[in-house]
Amino acid sequence: MQDIINIFVKAIFVENMIFAFFLGMCSYLAVSKKVSTGVGLGAAVIFVLGITVPINYLLENYVLKEGALSWLGPQFAEVDLSFLSFIMFIAVIASLVQLVEMIVEKFAPALYGALGIFLPLIAVNCSILGGSLFMQERNYNNIAEASAFGIGSGIGWFLAIVAIAAIREKIRYSNVPAPLRGLGITFIVTGLMGIAFMAFMGIKL
Amino acid sequence: MAEVTEALEKQKKQREPLFSKKNRKLLSDPFNDDNPITVQVLGICSALAITVKLYPAIVMAISVMVVLAAGNVIISLMRNLIPNRIRIIVQLVVVASLVILVDQVLKAYVYDVSKELSVFVGLIITNCIIMGRFEAFALGNGPWKSFLDGIGNAAGYGIILIIVAFFRELLGSGQLLGMQIIPESWYLDNGGFYSDNGFFLLPPMALIAVGIIIWIQRSRNRELIEEN
Repeated sequence: MQDIINIFVKAIFVENMIFAFFLGMCSYLAVSKKVSTGVGLGAAVIFVLGITVPINYLLENYVLKEGALSWLGPQFAEVDLSFLSFIMFIAVIASLVQLVEMIVEKFAPALYGALGIFLPLIAVNCSILGGSLFMQERNYNNIAEASAFGIGSGIGWFLAIVAIAAIREKIRYSNVPAPLRGLGITFIVTGLMGIAFMAFMGIKL
Repeated sequence: MAEVTEALEKQKKQREPLFSKKNRKLLSDPFNDDNPITVQVLGICSALAITVKLYPAIVMAISVMVVLAAGNVIISLMRNLIPNRIRIIVQLVVVASLVILVDQVLKAYVYDVSKELSVFVGLIITNCIIMGRFEAFALGNGPWKSFLDGIGNAAGYGIILIIVAFFRELLGSGQLLGMQIIPESWYLDNGGFYSDNGFFLLPPMALIAVGIIIWIQRSRNRELIEEN
């Protein structure tokens, strides 16, 4: 149990998707002009990461890894399909996003109205594929750890985009040097936030 | 018969030369007015994470160039066959197959760099620059133009990568491509006056470096300045 909480907290603060690995930067910069849209996209990312990481974990451990197919019979024990992982992961992500979009549209129209345009964008958000690839690289022990990592990194991403959106709403009233306006100052502010988040690096979990 | 040859000749004249002015613009625009990173805001994720050293940055730039140019040509050849509704999945499959090829080649020939780039080779798939150019260019233009557009945009991306990596490696560890540039005798340990700025090796400095590049570019090219 303690391991799971450790992985969860680590994914939110110490190994934050944005400030430590810069994953999902494109949508982070493009959709952070207002807090409300930032919250919408952030919630969608938590949702999709929380689903895709455990599913890709199962795929990795029961289909793709070397020897993962041994449950089919001893003659499959040496099959190694790991070179297929990119294409399998992205296929799972793209189809899951489509599926989630349809389910949400059918059963929760209000949520669909809020997330609407962001859900399809998420299929090409680096942080989603990044989550699955980190899961593969770090070899989590069981599916609970993988889910904790997925949800934790989603929450970390959510925190980052809401924080930058709030700062950008305030920056609009400041006198920023003309060439830095918009994109430039957002980069520099994100850099400063990253320096602040480095304070969490000292925490050993 | 004469009419047919005349028509053919006319058609030939109308065809553009391979490097017409318009086509050259496709190659040169991404370096300044239409740079993928600083103006179009595409492909930032990987640009920041792998710029601690110059060599991996160059390898990454070349990999993106291969994937983007080949993918642009493939998508542009298939552009009339792809049903509009499922085009994102088709694009993802094309990119993912190309990235698998690049990944296998990197693992075979430059294993150290491939380890250093770790997940970021795989993340070329979701690099927005690739999908962005497919959507914005390759779906509406012929193969040769798409090829030039791919090379141009990947070069514009690579140039920012290389600039950032140059400064980070030089100021952060005093080296370039793994060779010592700052003389050893300058260092404090050896009785000199200099010490490396270790801060440049940490992730946040990459963001600030790109911010400064944007500042310099926009103060030279005032048309790019945004409203607050």
